[in-house]
Amino acid sequence: MSRPVELPRFADVVLVPALTVLAAFVMSGLVVLAIGENPLEAIWIVLRGALGSATGIGFTLYYATSFIFAGLAVALAFQAGLFNIGGEGQAAMAGLGALLALILFEGAPAILLIPAGVLGAALFGGAYAFLPGYLQAMRGSHVVITTIMFNFIAVAILEYLLANWMGRPGSGAPESRFIPTAGMLPGLHQMAAGLGITLPRTPLNLSFALALIAAFGVWFLLWQTRLGYEMRVMGAQPPAAVYAGIRPARITIIAMVLSGALAGLIAVNEIMGVQHRLVLGFTEGAGFVGIAVALMGRAHPLGVVLASLLFGILYQGGAELAFDKPSITRDMIVVMQGFVILFAGALGFAFHKPLARLFKGHTA
Amino acid sequence: MSGAGTDLPALELSGIDKRFGAVHANKAIDLVVRKGSVHGIVGENGAGKSTLMSIIYGFYEADAGEVRVDGRPVRIRTPSDAIRLGIGMVHQHFMLVETMSVLDNVLLGAEGGALLAKGQSKARKALEELGARYQLPVDPDAIVGDLSVGQQQRVEILKALYRGAEILILDEPTAVLTPSEADQLFELVRALRDQGKSILLITHKLREIMAVTDQVSVMRRGAMVGTVATSATNPSQLAEMMVGQHLPQQKRNGSETVGAPVLSVRDLTVKDGQGTIRLNGCSFTLHAGEILGIAAVSGNGQSELLEALAGMRPATGQIEMAGMTIDPSRPDAARMRELGLLHVPEDRHRHGLVLPFAASENGMLGHHHAADYGAGIRLDHQAAEQQMAARMQQYDVRPQDPTLRASRFSGGNQQKIVLAREMERGPRVLLVGQPTRGVDIGAIAFIHQRIREMRAAGAAILLVSVELDEILTLSDRILCLCAGRITGERRPAETNERELGLMMAGAADPVPSAAA
Repeated sequence: MSRPVELPRFADVVLVPALTVLAAFVMSGLVVLAIGENPLEAIWIVLRGALGSATGIGFTLYYATSFIFAGLAVALAFQAGLFNIGGEGQAAMAGLGALLALILFEGAPAILLIPAGVLGAALFGGAYAFLPGYLQAMRGSHVVITTIMFNFIAVAILEYLLANWMGRPGSGAPESRFIPTAGMLPGLHQMAAGLGITLPRTPLNLSFALALIAAFGVWFLLWQTRLGYEMRVMGAQPPAAVYAGIRPARITIIAMVLSGALAGLIAVNEIMGVQHRLVLGFTEGAGFVGIAVALMGRAHPLGVVLASLLFGILYQGGAELAFDKPSITRDMIVVMQGFVILFAGALGFAFHKPLARLFKGHTA
Repeated sequence: MSGAGTDLPALELSGIDKRFGAVHANKAIDLVVRKGSVHGIVGENGAGKSTLMSIIYGFYEADAGEVRVDGRPVRIRTPSDAIRLGIGMVHQHFMLVETMSVLDNVLLGAEGGALLAKGQSKARKALEELGARYQLPVDPDAIVGDLSVGQQQRVEILKALYRGAEILILDEPTAVLTPSEADQLFELVRALRDQGKSILLITHKLREIMAVTDQVSVMRRGAMVGTVATSATNPSQLAEMMVGQHLPQQKRNGSETVGAPVLSVRDLTVKDGQGTIRLNGCSFTLHAGEILGIAAVSGNGQSELLEALAGMRPATGQIEMAGMTIDPSRPDAARMRELGLLHVPEDRHRHGLVLPFAASENGMLGHHHAADYGAGIRLDHQAAEQQMAARMQQYDVRPQDPTLRASRFSGGNQQKIVLAREMERGPRVLLVGQPTRGVDIGAIAFIHQRIREMRAAGAAILLVSVELDEILTLSDRILCLCAGRITGERRPAETNERELGLMMAGAADPVPSAAA
C-alpha cells in the first residue's frame, strides 16, 4: 500500500535528477536574492567562469576528476547497501600510499612508477576502508558511524606523520618532500604541447582519463559480473541475498574495500597530478562532495560523471563568482550542495508523487 | 439466518470505480450492507476486495462513485474520516504496539487530551463495559506482545468498538488463527451483530462464509458478480461465481510407493535472536517421490524449519542429505543448492525475488554461478533473458517480457517466476513454502500440477502451507507442528481437517504414530 510509486524509466533517470537540480538552483537563487544580488546574473557569471574559456574548462574538469572518484566510491558502496561517508579519510590515507609507493620505487621509469603510485593510492584507500567494512560485517558496527570517525583518525595520522617523520626539511607547512618527477602525471597542457597544440596551463591532468575508465569499470563490475550482481542483490534486498547463498559479510567487506580504493584515486589526481607532494588537507572536501554527487547521480556511474561535471562547473564558476561579486562568497557553492543533498537525498521522493500523478493520466 | 438484520442499509456503495495505472481494481461496484447483519465478501486474491475495503476505510479515494453511511452521502478521505463515521477496521496484520499495554493500545490515537490519566480511566471503564457486553474478557494491563494472536485480534476489535464503530470491517480475520480460535471469533461476530453492529467479513475461505454470514457478495476481477443470501447458496455455487467456471474436484492422494530416503533430519532445533526456541527437536525423513506436508498455523516453526534446511539460518541437530552429513550450525545456502536442495520460499517479496530487478535477473537468483549465465566472472544477460523468455512461455507467465521488473508482475506470475527458477533445475529435494499464497485460482491448479510432476520425476518435496486444503490435496504424508514441535503424523486419507486442527492447536496426538 505504501510502496513508492513506480515511474516510467526515463522519468526516473532523467526527469527526477533534472528537477532536483532545478529546485536546488531556484532555492540558491532565492539566497542570492536575499544577499541583494541578481540570481540570473550570478548564474551567468558561474557558467561563463566555468565554461567560457579554455582555462575555465580545464579547472572545471580538474575539479570534476576528484568528484568522479569520490562519487563512484559512494555509489559503489551504496549499490551494495552501504553508506560510505569515509571517502575523505580514505583519500587522505591514499595520499600516504601514493607517496610511499613513489618513494619506494624511486628511479623506476614513469611507465612503471605511475602505475605503482596509482596502486599504492588504491591499496591504502582500500585498506583504510577495510576496517569499517570488517567491523560492519563481523560486529555490526554501522559504517556510517565508523567511517565518519575514521575521517578524523586519518587526518590525525597524517598530521602526526607530516609533523614528526615525513615533513619536508625547511618547510614550516605540514607537507612532505616532492615526489619523483617520473611519478608526476602529465597535465593536459603538457600533453597538448607534445602534439603542437597550445593550451593554457591548468591543473587538469591524465587522472581525468583514469576517472572515466574507473566509471566504466564500476559499471562493468556492477552490471556485467557475478560479483556485481551479488552486490546489487545485497543492496536491494538483503534477505533475498541470504536466500540466494550470498554471504553478506563477504560482500560488505569487498564493497567497502573497492569503495575505499576508488576514493583513494582522489590522491592520484591531487598528489601525482597537481600538488606533487603530500599536503595536509589536500582532499579539500572532495570526499564529501562525492556524497552529493552519488545522490544526484542516482548511484549510477554515468549519473556520477554527469553530476561531477555539474559540481565541477559550480566549483570553478563559484570561484569566479566570488571574485566578481565580493558579496557572494564561495560558501554559496556549499549552500547549493546542501540543497542538492536535501532534494536528492532527504526529499528523494518529493517529486515522485506529483510526477506519478502526471503520468497516470497518460498511461491509464 | 437469512432473516437476520434489518432492511435499513448501514452502508451503501454505488458505482465505486478505482484504477491503479493500467489495473482496473474496482469496476463500478454496488454494495448494500444492512444494519445488524454479517456481510461476507469473497473473491480470489486480486479480485479487488482489499481495494474496496481500503476505499471504505479511507486509504484510497475512489475515482468515481458514491458512499452512503446511514443513507447520507459521505466523503471518506482518510481513516480518521472513516472512524468519525463509525467505520472500524481490523487489519489482517495487526496495527498494535506490542510493547504497550492493552489499555494504551486502545487509547492510541484517541487519547483525549495532552495528559493521559483522564483518557485512561475513561477507556478502562469502557473496556470493562465492552468486555461484559460481548463476553470479551481482556486484561487492560496486559502487554500486547505477551498475548496470543487470537487475543491480540480481540484488542483490535475492542479498539474499533471503543472508537464507536458501528460498521466493522474484518480483513481475512482467520488467516492467523487456529480453527478453535476462529470459532471463538465467529461467536463474537454473531454477538456483535445481535447488538446491532454491521460486519463486513473479507475472506477467501468459503467455509467461514457459510458459517457466519447472512449475505454474501462475490467479487471477480474487480467487478461485483452478485450478492446472495447465505442460506440460499452453497460453497460450490460460490466457488463457481468466484472463478466464473465450474471447478473440477481435486482428488486426494492415495498412498503411493515412495523411493529411498533422501533427506533425514534429527533433533533439529532453531532459536531466534532473542533465544526463544522456534523449532524444537524435529525429526523426520523425506523420501524420493514423496510430498511431505507440514500443517501448522503461521508462526509455529514451519518458516524456521524451511530456513534451517535451506541453509539460511543456524540450527542445532543433524541433517543428512544423499549420504552427506550437514552441520546445521554452519548454514550455507549455496552449498545446499549445490547438493540439489532447492527452495521456493514462503515470502517471495522478502526472499524469493528482488522486486526492482528484471524478471531475467530474478531467474538466476541463487543460481547466478551456474554455467548457463556465462563463463568466468562475466554474467551473460542475454542468455538469462532467453532462458526466462522460454520459462515464461512454459509457465504461462504474463506479460511475457523478461526485461520487465519483477514488481510489475501480479502475485501469481511472480510466483511462477520463482517456481520455474527452482523447478527447472531438477531438484533432488524441493522445499516449497506457501506455493499458492496470493495466487489466483487458475494459477493454483497449474502450480499444484507442477508440484505433482516434480514428485513423479522423483523429487523429495517438503510442502509448507497455511491452507489445510492444499496440504490435504497434495501430501502423501502430513506432519503437524505446534509451537515448534511435531504434534502428529497422518496420511491424508486417514484424517480430516478437524483432527489436523486439533493437532495444530497442540492437542496431544490421539493416536501416536510409530514412524518419525
